[in-house]
Amino acid sequence: MATATVPPSSATFSKSFYASLHEIPGGEKVRTCLQCGTCNGVCPFGYLMDYPPGKMIAALRAQRFERVTEAETVWMCVSCYACSQVCPVRIPLTAGLMTRAKEELLLAGNIPSELQIALENTQRYGNPLGESPRKRADWAKGVKPRVPIMSEERRPVEVLWFVGDYGSYHPRVQPVSRALANVFNALRIDFGILGAEEVSDGDSQRLAGERGLFEMLAAKNGRAFSQYEFKEIVTGDPHAYNAFKNEYPRLGIAYPVRHYTEFLAERLDALKPLLKHEVNARVTYHDPCYLGRANGVFEAPRQLLSAIPGIELVEMPHNRTTSLCCGGGGGGMWIDGFQWEKAHTRLSEWRVREAMKVGADILAVACPYEAPRFEDATKTVPGAARLIVRDIAELLAEAMGD
Amino acid sequence: MSQDIYVVIEHLRGQVADISYVLCAAARQLAAASGGQVVGVLLGHNVQGLAQDVAVDRLLVMDDPQLADFIPDRYQQALAGLLSAQAPRVTLFGDTSIGAELAGGLSVQLGWPLVSYCRSVRADDGRLLYISQLCGGKVMAEGEIPAPHALLAMVPGGFQAEQGKRTSPPPVETVASAAVGGRITLKQYIEPESGDVDISKEAILVSVGRGIQNADNIEMVQELAAALGGVVSASRPVVDQGWLPTTRLVGKSGKRVKPRLYLALGISGAPEHAEAITDSQTIIAVNTDASAPIFDIARYGTTLDLFDLVPALTEKVRQAKQ
Amino acid sequence: MHIVVPVKLVPDLVEELVIDASGCALDPDTLRLQLNEFDGHAIEQAILLKERGGGQVTVIAPDLEGVDDVLYTAAAKGADRLIKLCDHFGQAVNNHAMARAVAEVIKPLQPDLVLTGVQSHSDLDGSIGPLLAGYLAMPYVGYIAGVTLSDGRATVRKEYPGGLVAELEVTLPAVLGIQAADQPPRYVAFSRIRQAMKSATIEEQTVAALDTSGGPAVARMYKPEVAARATMLDGKPDEVADQLVALFRELGVL
Ligand SMILES: Cc1cc2nc3c(=O)[nH]c(=O)nc-3n(C[C@H](O)[C@H](O)[C@H](O)COP(=O)(O)OP(=O)(O)OC[C@H]3O[C@@H](n4cnc5c(N)ncnc54)[C@H](O)[C@@H]3O)c2cc1C
Ligand code: SF4
Ligand code: SF4
Repeated sequence: MATATVPPSSATFSKSFYASLHEIPGGEKVRTCLQCGTCNGVCPFGYLMDYPPGKMIAALRAQRFERVTEAETVWMCVSCYACSQVCPVRIPLTAGLMTRAKEELLLAGNIPSELQIALENTQRYGNPLGESPRKRADWAKGVKPRVPIMSEERRPVEVLWFVGDYGSYHPRVQPVSRALANVFNALRIDFGILGAEEVSDGDSQRLAGERGLFEMLAAKNGRAFSQYEFKEIVTGDPHAYNAFKNEYPRLGIAYPVRHYTEFLAERLDALKPLLKHEVNARVTYHDPCYLGRANGVFEAPRQLLSAIPGIELVEMPHNRTTSLCCGGGGGGMWIDGFQWEKAHTRLSEWRVREAMKVGADILAVACPYEAPRFEDATKTVPGAARLIVRDIAELLAEAMGD
Repeated sequence: MSQDIYVVIEHLRGQVADISYVLCAAARQLAAASGGQVVGVLLGHNVQGLAQDVAVDRLLVMDDPQLADFIPDRYQQALAGLLSAQAPRVTLFGDTSIGAELAGGLSVQLGWPLVSYCRSVRADDGRLLYISQLCGGKVMAEGEIPAPHALLAMVPGGFQAEQGKRTSPPPVETVASAAVGGRITLKQYIEPESGDVDISKEAILVSVGRGIQNADNIEMVQELAAALGGVVSASRPVVDQGWLPTTRLVGKSGKRVKPRLYLALGISGAPEHAEAITDSQTIIAVNTDASAPIFDIARYGTTLDLFDLVPALTEKVRQAKQ
Repeated sequence: MHIVVPVKLVPDLVEELVIDASGCALDPDTLRLQLNEFDGHAIEQAILLKERGGGQVTVIAPDLEGVDDVLYTAAAKGADRLIKLCDHFGQAVNNHAMARAVAEVIKPLQPDLVLTGVQSHSDLDGSIGPLLAGYLAMPYVGYIAGVTLSDGRATVRKEYPGGLVAELEVTLPAVLGIQAADQPPRYVAFSRIRQAMKSATIEEQTVAALDTSGGPAVARMYKPEVAARATMLDGKPDEVADQLVALFRELGVL
């Protein structure tokens, strides 16, 4: 942790923080908190937090907010929307309260060193992994037909595919991108990617308290978008999806956007005949927080899975709005060590155990954070080594005989 | 002007540093081409009997209470006097926390050019050449060692320490000290924390780097080390994170090691790490990046994911021991 | 207390390094520059000293690609004055030339303390600290992890291989080569950098023609050969494990 600057006197700080919440859509509802504690209870790491949402509001009301910024356990929040989902008075706890609190921690220099590295990487390279921006399209090498890059094509396309950080660089997620490219090609979708012009969507950085960085990234992506003609943006990254759908428009960057599962579900008639090979497996689907709870996309992924011959789709006890977070959201992806130190468990392990319990052979995912996280968890959860983690795009490509 | 090659013998608290032998090995190569002698320079106090195995033709000893400990400005003044009087063709220093600052200071004071990060030297048609490693070993730069005088700061790797040793003591000459200084004084030494194992004395080291990802994965490596009868050491990021104590740190800011087996797991082989393991008998590297510099110094390697290999290997070693 | 931190921009090793057509330098077109890691520690150490004991921090950098970001970031962290050295800074500039130029800029500032990163990965002609100290006629101590100041003196912790630390006292003004700041360099929120871009000014100082004497000429630059590399063991984890066990036997460690 770097040095924390001296917090302003607590009453003033609490007041100004409280006032700042009112600038967030729905933020004024914080006044109506009933102190029912439901949020604290539903939070996956609530038991470790000094100030889960409800308690944080109590601290604000007591004008003791400086204690919140001194507590590093705010960083246990993985921005999973579970609290926002259950709050009876619909206070925007995730995007509002918790994120604003992280912004204050970050300004005070109270930030886990791992997160610092990811944010510095994002500042410098435009991606949290610290990879060369020039290599952003390297994943596409070998895909046939070739993945079109907008700056080279110089023509309008139907679909601008936003690949995202992990889809571009992470060795476990690059094959997912290739699988999706193959599905697009099989469906003869007219698409293109931004390649080196694409930078991180910035949503997880925003939810980790780095709003300024988010705005810088949004401006860069916005500039890239504005140079090309396309009908809509399709992305495999629910975090990018959330950013483009709910956050970029407020910065004047507004384009229609869909997650690839929505986009493909709409083309089921064309897709089904291509799914010739059976995938004989019991499959369970994990709703990503930012596709499901945050944005209400629950059915499209299930429709795609059901369309694959041979698949038996089973639900885990926590599904749809009650889905369990994989632990990667809100910066969680970058503070694994920090969270481990506090919790000595990972949320992904919880999920993998649940998948095992319903007897799944395959845990299907639709978010680039998840394949690496869950695969990792299958290595640590006893007996879970046989559980296969696959992105829906990979399963579709497999059913096409890829 | 002479054609001699001077070597500033580095030592700390009564121990000649390994780099000094590397310097002697390089100096022998240069002297063979220049036609001069290899001359060792030993600065210190009560140092008689020290450095009796360095491969030099003559050893100049400057014994002065002022030089009892390494004080940068005093050492620099003492050497400036000697070197400007003797005017050797090339003077070699270790590119270390002692040699690097002496070489830099003397380059300005004497007006002699300095070549750093020098890994090797060679002669070509009477010309003396340096080979330096830049950008963390990703590129090599080669060129002529400037004439008539030059200073060279050397990193290990190009020569074996063994090549710079001799069996009989070299002829010793005492020279007067011209040490002056006064703006830097030693207050005290602070010993590194001890009580843990001494990795510099272990025969089998299973060493982990950033590739290990987090603290809880260390256990997996500890199991392998236990199966092999060795101990776990680490690169700096691992120690920085507090996943292992500082005593396990291998490298420039940690310990030099010379085990019979150095098994590097998820270590990229950055120069500061690599320089401390070159005396290992056998280095075996496990690194998913086929272009990682660790493979330049390892005898054997594999690009398997360490998380796949280590459990399998632990199992096989246990079986083999039964 | 006036602390001056001259910093260096060095090739970013995340990018592929390309040797140019001449065969004796890196291709500047493919190069991306970044702040030398140790200079980041030097800046942090300067700001920590200022926060503890007051004073002023001036950061000096050569006018190369990305320099404004580096300087504004330093300002956002707490640097008071930003100086950009203009003209003549092609890639070919060596540390002797840099040190001479920087020394001329530093002299009139009459600093109490000059902090530099202990080294950078592209110091072919020695790290900048001791050279600068030579031109400024100040004492130099490098490999420092830990600085405290009191009445005209710096007490520094110099690191030796093996973990031994020497505590030295240095009379100011002095140049110190920082290996690690007392605390890791802090994170500065992007909004703060943006504020600094609006509020801080970068002074430009033109330097006289550069004198590169004191460094060696490069006749050839190349990437290390792959031939000298390890014998690679291929196969599934189990197969490689078997090969390794056989090797361990051969080496006599099993
Ligand atoms: C003055 C100074 C002193 C220093 N002192 C030291 C020192 O004493 N000791 C030291 O070690 N460093 C030291 N350093 C730091 C050094 O420069 C490097 O930063 C450090 O050694 C890098 O450590 P690493 O190899 O563990 O990490 P990285 O360079 O990040 O390498 C990690 C490697 O792991 C590989 N990897 C990742 N995942 C896997 C996997 N699943 N399976 C297999 N491989 C994988 C990657 O390909 C990569 O090559 C010093 C630096 C300076 C300048
Ligand atoms: S968003 Fe999730 S992790 Fe964060 S406070 Fe709410 S329930 Fe807890
Ligand atoms: S659930 Fe909503 S109303 Fe209840 S304590 Fe939490 S924030 Fe307040």
